[in-house]
Amino acid sequence: MILTIARYEIRSMFLSPLPWIILAVVQILLGYIFLAQVDSFFILQPRLLGLENTPGVTDLVIAPLFQLAAIILLMIMPLVTMRSIAEEKRNRTLTLLISSPLNMSDIVLGKFLGLLLFVLILVSLLMLMPLSLYVGTELDTGKLFSIYISMLLLLSSFAAIGLYLSSLTENQTIAAVSTFGALLMLWIIDWAGESINGGQSVISYLSLLQHQQKMMEGVFDSSDVAYYLLIIVGFLVLTIRQLDRERLL
Amino acid sequence: MESAALIKVENLSRYYQNNCAIDDLSFTLNPGEVLGFLGPNGAGKSTTMQIISGNLAPSEGQVSIGGFDIIDSPREAKQLIGYLPEHPPIYHQASVDEYLKYCAQLRRVARSAIAGALEQVKLDCGLSDVGHRLIGNLSKGFQQRVGIAQAIIHNPPVVILDEPTVGLDPIQIREIRKLIKSLGHERSVILSTHILPEVQAICDRVQIIRAGKLVYNAPIEALDQGNEQAITIALKNPPDIEDLRKISLVDAVESVDSNHFHVFFSAESPAETIVQQSVRKQWGLYEMVPRKASLEDLFIELTHDHEADKR
Repeated sequence: MILTIARYEIRSMFLSPLPWIILAVVQILLGYIFLAQVDSFFILQPRLLGLENTPGVTDLVIAPLFQLAAIILLMIMPLVTMRSIAEEKRNRTLTLLISSPLNMSDIVLGKFLGLLLFVLILVSLLMLMPLSLYVGTELDTGKLFSIYISMLLLLSSFAAIGLYLSSLTENQTIAAVSTFGALLMLWIIDWAGESINGGQSVISYLSLLQHQQKMMEGVFDSSDVAYYLLIIVGFLVLTIRQLDRERLL
Repeated sequence: MESAALIKVENLSRYYQNNCAIDDLSFTLNPGEVLGFLGPNGAGKSTTMQIISGNLAPSEGQVSIGGFDIIDSPREAKQLIGYLPEHPPIYHQASVDEYLKYCAQLRRVARSAIAGALEQVKLDCGLSDVGHRLIGNLSKGFQQRVGIAQAIIHNPPVVILDEPTVGLDPIQIREIRKLIKSLGHERSVILSTHILPEVQAICDRVQIIRAGKLVYNAPIEALDQGNEQAITIALKNPPDIEDLRKISLVDAVESVDSNHFHVFFSAESPAETIVQQSVRKQWGLYEMVPRKASLEDLFIELTHDHEADKR
């Protein structure tokens, strides 16, 4: 049942031009950045030759590429998630799902899974760029995999937060703006952490991108994974509760 | 009969903040019955239907569908209902076939049975020629049919239709009515509307609701018995119903609630005798209304705000 909703969700998403445009724009932007990174690597390469324990292509080209991708997607994911529940509320089509023999969690998980499929498509398309380097050089497969997983986790938590904020309103713009605000806040929250003594560790621990940093360097820490899973589960539960609560208003 | 009721609504109340939309409503729906749910705008028709379909939670009271409570076992209860809300929940960017297939899947129609159910429901609702078209491009009448098709695709024993003919042209209205009437052959239907001839044309039983309270509940035949005359009386201290039956000229007495009675007679009106008896025996008569056969008169009489007239 969850799969049915997810399948319909992704299909109806791609019926509108928005996800196509998003995929295209992200691909063009990152394609350019990728090219620039490869270019600067060629300039750096001769100087690195003599050094010991030098960073490789994966560190110098791919990791920075995906760090930038994370920031670009932080701005773009709100546009993907904004419609998922808000649009159904505006068009009063949520009634269809609610009066069907489904649990509220089926509905929310179905919607989330639909978003997850989009994230999977997006990240997999981006991954093609670094994979193209295999033609000319060796890559650190482990690190590449770690980056891939970290991107999926990061974007999934973006999606969960966006889904929740979309369930709060019938207005897609409000959903998008508030999601963008929330994601940006969770990104920059560790800036404040640096200036506060003592509280630093707690506040910077909340930062979404902080946890990705280590994974980008190839350190796969299960506590980071747990952090993302916690965010995802937390916001999905909030969404289910929100939709349940609306029946009481 | 009571135990066989498909839908049982008991002491249902619903508040929006402090605003009471439904006040202690109770009724039942029997198998194979088309129930007309009448009331002025804002009387609580849509709210009642939203609660029965599980879209709203009741503040007090119970709703059970085929024995399943809508709050305690919503999945089983919802499986038995098809619901068309006031605004049909249709996806404008989908084609009719895609949409109905999705609905069938959501309602747990077996995978092998989906194609058959789809064909059948398109035939029933006159959608066979528009299966490949986008719902958003269809006329309002066809969109409404898609809405009804969505409600019956899983062949539920109960169909709930909230104002299905609003905004349609007269020809479309007639077609939709025909469709609803044919639904009533195999299923129970609850139909809400404020169009009175519609009820007379389709329904087996009428319920009138006013300000969240049920004020009338009778089979439609009761209205068609034009020759029979009746008056409705209201007594503060009602006697035993047998005492009322004994009054001369009275054929039959039917109690509406503890205070209201329908008094039927054929030749001469017993009104005068009732007044006299009431005074003598201190029944406290405070209302006496000649009961009219026409649904419209009845509707206006029951839903009219008498308090406002006095002011």
